[in-house]
Amino acid sequence: MTTATTERIAQLPQVSEPRNPGMALDLDWVRGVQANTSAIERRAATLPGRRSVKKDYQAAWLLRAISCIDLTTLSGDDTVQRVRRLCAKARQPVSPEILAALGMEGLTVGAVCVYHDMVAAAVEALEGSGIPVAAVSTGFPAGLSPFHLRVAEIGESVKAGAQEIDIVISRRHVLGGDWQALYEEMRAFREACGPAHVKAILATGELGTLRNVARASLVCMMAGADFIKTSTGKESVNATLPVSLVMIRAIRDYHERTGIRIGYKPAGGISKAKDALVYLGLIKDELGDRWLRPDLFRFGASSLLGDIERQLEHHVTGAYSAGYRHAMG
Amino acid sequence: MTVKELFDSMDYGPAPESAAEALAWLVDMGDRFGHFIDGAFTAPGAGFESKNPATGEVLATITQATQTDVDAAVKAARKAQPKWEKLGGPGRARYLYAIARLLQKHARLFAVLETLDNGKPIRESRDIDVPLAQRHFYYHAGMAQLMEEVLPGRAALGVCGQIIPWNFPLLMLAWKVAPALAMGNTVVLKPAEYTSLTALLFADICTQAGLPRGVVNIVTGDGAVGEMIVAAEVDKIAFTGSTSVGRRIREATAGSGKALTLELGGKSPYIVFDDADLDSAIEGLVDAIWFNQGQVCCAGSRLLVQESVAETFHARLIARMDKLRIGNPLDKCIDVGAVVDPVQLATIRGMVEANTAGQVHQADIALPAGGCYYPPTLITGLAPSDRLMQEEIFGPVLVSCTFRTPAEAVELANNSRYGLAATVWTENVNLALDIAPKLAAGVVWVNATNLFDAAAGFGGVRESGFGREGGWEGLAAYTRPVGKAKALKPVESFSGSGAPADPIDRTAKLYVGGKQARPDGGYSRPVWGKGGALLGHVGLANRKDVRNAVEAAQGAAAWGRATGHLRAQILYYIAENLSARAGEFAHRLDAITGARHGAREVEASIQRLFTYAAWADKYDGRVHSVPIRGVALAMNEPVGVIGALCADEAPLLGLVSVMAPALAMGNRVVLVASEPFPLAATDFYQVLDTSDVPGGVVNILTGSHAELAAPLAGHLNLDAVWSFSSTPLSKAVEAASAGNLKRSWVNNALARDWFANDSAEWLAQASEVKNIWVPYGE
Repeated sequence: MTTATTERIAQLPQVSEPRNPGMALDLDWVRGVQANTSAIERRAATLPGRRSVKKDYQAAWLLRAISCIDLTTLSGDDTVQRVRRLCAKARQPVSPEILAALGMEGLTVGAVCVYHDMVAAAVEALEGSGIPVAAVSTGFPAGLSPFHLRVAEIGESVKAGAQEIDIVISRRHVLGGDWQALYEEMRAFREACGPAHVKAILATGELGTLRNVARASLVCMMAGADFIKTSTGKESVNATLPVSLVMIRAIRDYHERTGIRIGYKPAGGISKAKDALVYLGLIKDELGDRWLRPDLFRFGASSLLGDIERQLEHHVTGAYSAGYRHAMG
Repeated sequence: MTVKELFDSMDYGPAPESAAEALAWLVDMGDRFGHFIDGAFTAPGAGFESKNPATGEVLATITQATQTDVDAAVKAARKAQPKWEKLGGPGRARYLYAIARLLQKHARLFAVLETLDNGKPIRESRDIDVPLAQRHFYYHAGMAQLMEEVLPGRAALGVCGQIIPWNFPLLMLAWKVAPALAMGNTVVLKPAEYTSLTALLFADICTQAGLPRGVVNIVTGDGAVGEMIVAAEVDKIAFTGSTSVGRRIREATAGSGKALTLELGGKSPYIVFDDADLDSAIEGLVDAIWFNQGQVCCAGSRLLVQESVAETFHARLIARMDKLRIGNPLDKCIDVGAVVDPVQLATIRGMVEANTAGQVHQADIALPAGGCYYPPTLITGLAPSDRLMQEEIFGPVLVSCTFRTPAEAVELANNSRYGLAATVWTENVNLALDIAPKLAAGVVWVNATNLFDAAAGFGGVRESGFGREGGWEGLAAYTRPVGKAKALKPVESFSGSGAPADPIDRTAKLYVGGKQARPDGGYSRPVWGKGGALLGHVGLANRKDVRNAVEAAQGAAAWGRATGHLRAQILYYIAENLSARAGEFAHRLDAITGARHGAREVEASIQRLFTYAAWADKYDGRVHSVPIRGVALAMNEPVGVIGALCADEAPLLGLVSVMAPALAMGNRVVLVASEPFPLAATDFYQVLDTSDVPGGVVNILTGSHAELAAPLAGHLNLDAVWSFSSTPLSKAVEAASAGNLKRSWVNNALARDWFANDSAEWLAQASEVKNIWVPYGE
């Protein structure tokens, strides 16, 4: 297994954290996991009322959220020009005037996330920025292409310069309770990633129960995932607070037992600045401040940035903002 | 700090809710408050300062009520009551609806004022207390609307004296005022002296709602004012507060005929089984013991965790505690606010410091300088014999002990003088639904905690008090049967010196544990017929016979677990066997009473047994419609062991009327037979003997009601005491019942028509409603 990385990119966990080596599949642990849906929903429902971040603190938190965004385009009609435009936005996510007013010049997003065919274009567009390119892979979003092709796809993307690979798991392994198969699949994906760090997309909206989400989270971490991620953004239900609570509690559990910190990426459906603040509060309270960094936390989002820009302008000027005042990506 | 620095530190920072509006209201009101009597505020008088416990700042000056004030308030309430009741349910519903709406319109003002006055986090007053208070008025507007349709034969009690605590000032007001008003009562309410402000704002709301004057009266002051209300000419006292004060109120109101409900202290168990979602159970504890700084009567303050997961659970809990945020209660980002008063803070501190057992863990968080703050605290490794496992702390202090098996969990949970609430965490539905009914508590939460709603009754058993607030079961506390009872004259036994009526001596004994027993004292007395003939002798039971009978009854607990069907069969069988000897019993009754309605009494007794045999498997609980995805199961449970002084005037029917509903609902009874005419009861145990009644379920004593009343009512292992004696013992019985705050039901020297059918009242007296909340979802 390769743990070395050549580039110094702050967003990648292997820079400052020991990379997750994985561990043998511990089925007792996996099967012993519980997730009480109604209790988890109650906790999630009261979160926004329990935490409030105001004024300069709020601006700082929103800037932190930007630094953790995987700016994403995953459409069938993506073109090289479209990806370049997105990468330009990734380099300059907020207008220079606003960033200057906040003393935050040079802020960028966490990464740019694209399909394999767009990796090369993104790498080129981001050259020198320090922003890594993430590629969705392994037959994204369904993950039902031939296994050897899925593994090969990872290799291709890494070769093309992707430093992060977002893989999708086979949901059927979870639904069938075949934890061994899920473990082996994840192991193989991790292996194929080599130095690139790997995010395991659980597609939680298709796993049926929160208990399954908790178990799949653990198995993927045991098999060496660097990050666990909720959704492809293509399921009908994507990131939710209850699912997030379950996944980050699994991360906490894994950290308590192994000492290894795994990253978390909620994806899909987070489009408001206020939601981003709730997520950051959730991470801060349940996992701790260490996780509030792009090497251990990302938002998979495309429209979130626009709302944050409006809020930041409001913070700076005191007037409510309009979308067209901010450059599109 | 610059934004860049905050970007690195990612601290929460202050997020204060503005107090400006609430402070402006106080200024508008002159910062000085009188009482709200007969629809208007009185001139402020001598009183005391109400302070913000988070800062020590004086918020306003409150008037200490005098006897004249209390009298004026009661008089206003008395005068307003008939018209208010006559307005009818639908008429009253409109006012309650208006109050609910106004509470909504002024929601934030109430929330901020509550937090200023009490020190609870603004999140709690804003998201929990105030919305629940609104909900109680909406819900009871509906109850008023429906009263005539669903509660025929019930009327308002009259004037209700209501004394509420400082931990949920507005919410407790709503719990008390809404049902009282809905049922046609008027009220005199006293808020706690630490926290009077939202009650005074509520008075303002009543005016805005156009509520007729005198319907709601609010007097302020300390416990002395409470005592004046208890002593006043009111028809009911509703009290929420400490067990010691509740006990004094029980003693003070004994025999007065004032209805009483008490919602007192608790040391509620929080049980975590090894298959629970531990992280969720820990989050539940945050809402159980660190909600409102732990100043919650039903706080899950006694953690019982299964040995196999205890170490992990405690470690995670301690880590969670360090993440709690304590500070300015008006801050929207605070979990734990200020304790209500320096006095309470000193109490909490004193109790924790006096403890030398276990390991004390306090949250590793900085306390704000000044103000009444106490850190979230966990004490592990305690045993039931440690004082902190038994005594209510009423602060953010959790105590913990481990258990090995579900049976041991129940044993530990019930090893308490209290019985308010309980929490059970397990993913096993079999286990949850097995444990919940076994817990001595009025409310049980499964995989959740501190869930409240107007549609589900709240209240406790044992020394946590009696009566329920909320739900259908709460209405009983604010209504009475219509009609006026006549005075009950003492029934004298006959005297004589004649020869035995039957030359063969028949020895009537006591009936204890399914066996005939000679009285412990070894004394008997003769029983004479009307003509002076000697009908026989009966034993004179003493306090030791009471002890033996209660012990036998407690030993027959299996009766409470028997199916309703089985209990019905046995009641039918008793009726069948009585019927077989109907002629003999009728004859005997005529002989002992000297009257000629023995046959009618026997027939009515058989009917009564049939009636409660019928009810035994039909007095169903309810599923309350609470606003969660889940069910709140209101289960009717037996009260336990009921002791009763049976009616003197109806020697057989009076005894059967007590026994049948009690047995139907799964209780065991200790019955003291008619004092002047005990022989019907002693004949009756032969019927019981032949009817498959398990030993100990029914115990019958004979003797002096006056002598047995105190040991019976004072017995600390008796769960309820009833008195229908014609000897005026209501006061003695209720005063003695204060020992363990058992439920009491006495005749207050008023006659009862033993031939009337009034099952609803009897069944309610013979059962406890336990609300089991089961949220669900996968």
